[in-house]
Parts: sequence; structure tokens; C-alpha cells
Amino acid sequence: MEFESHKQGNFLVLKVKGRMDAVTAPEFEAYCAKLMEAGDKAFIVELAGLEYISSAGLRSILAVAKKLKAVQGDIRFCGLKGMVQEVFSISGFSTMFPIADTAEAAASKA
Amino acid sequence: MATLRLPATLDSLEPLRSFALDRAGAAGLATERLLKLELALEELLVNVMHYAYPQGTGDVELECTASSGSFFVAIRDWGLAFDPLTKETPDLHENIADRPIGGLGIFFVREMSDAVCYERCGDCNVLTVSFARPQ
Repeated sequence: MEFESHKQGNFLVLKVKGRMDAVTAPEFEAYCAKLMEAGDKAFIVELAGLEYISSAGLRSILAVAKKLKAVQGDIRFCGLKGMVQEVFSISGFSTMFPIADTAEAAASKA
Repeated sequence: MATLRLPATLDSLEPLRSFALDRAGAAGLATERLLKLELALEELLVNVMHYAYPQGTGDVELECTASSGSFFVAIRDWGLAFDPLTKETPDLHENIADRPIGGLGIFFVREMSDAVCYERCGDCNVLTVSFARPQ
């Protein structure tokens, strides 16, 4: 998995590329933990470059979301497509988190 | 029929995945169906890798078979007798704080495959998932 992040207003936009499976999902948790240690706690995760996600990936996302919630943080998603969008939808993650097409739209969600 | 037997550890996930996807592609499954197979397979394999051998190590084996109508993957392990299909569907509507971590794997297997069944054969667990082939 590859990560890239930049500030956008109050949010940190985190672009994730590759595959989030049982082998790679811990990398996402570790990367987010580093960002949180650096003081960031409002994330927009852009998944347009994510080709594949399994329950292990969702588990890592939920673990990060729980940590953020504990510090009054925020996590949102944008750019979902294909099987990633389907997995978010059938697992209920699409209703649990704010989701938008673009990072700009995600930032402006209530 | 083709089989691949490897140690039931996460290191084996990639070779097992490639093995099954190559055969499913050769059986004519389209890209969208291959992704469903890939997801169902990962969930079942990771279950075996995490839970089948609590006292040590063991193997997991894939067997791929194509009939005229379907592509089948049988996943075998020689660990504790366990039918994951008895697990209840997790609650999908809880909020972030209350939602339990995990429990989605078998739900995905059911959602992604056309059929899934469990058998205990002697000292072996066998989970078979099937995907319809294009006619």
C-alpha cells in the first residue's frame, strides 16, 4: 500500500493506493497512528487508488475510527469505486461514515 | 482439478490467491467475479490461518475445479473442527463506538459467492465456495 497526505483546511487528506488485505491492513493503522501522534485528528481518506479491500481492511479502518472518536477526531471517505464501494455498502460502512465523491465534498459534509 | 497445499500462515496468502485466480480466470470468470472470489477466498483462508491451529502449525490446501456451470474452490485444513457458517450475521447498523471490530468475514463469503458449504471429512474441515461460469 502507498500513502500520500496533504492538508486541506481543517482536514488531512490521506490518499491510499493499492490493496488493503490481511497482510497490508496493519500498514494503514500504523500510518494513521503516526499522523495522530503528529497531532492530526481529522482525516479524509481518499480511496480512488484502492483496488481491493477485505474485512481485515475494514477492521483496520474501524480500529482507527474508534481511536479518533476517543479524541473527538473525525474520519471521512471519498473516491470509493468498484469493489471497494460495494464492500463499504454491504458492510454498512457507507452509512456509518460520511462519504462523498471528492475530498472537497467530504470536507463540506456536516 | 488442481491443488496447492501450503503452511497455514499469512505468507501463504499471496501464492494461494494467485493459484486460485489463475484457474478461475482460465475457467472464464470475468474481472468483477474474480474480485468476489478473491474476497471470499481471503476471508476463508485468513480464518484458517488465524484459528485452525491454536496449538501450533498445520497446512491449508486449495482445490480448484470447474464444471460446465460453475467454478469451485475447496479449502481444506486439518485443524479444529469448525463450521464458520454457523456464525450469525453481524449487526451492520451500529455506530462507530458500539460496532464490534470483526465478524464480517463470513458475511462477505456468503454475499460474494453463489454457494458455500461446510463438511467435516474425517479429521479435515472442507469449505467449498462456488461461482457460476458464464454460459
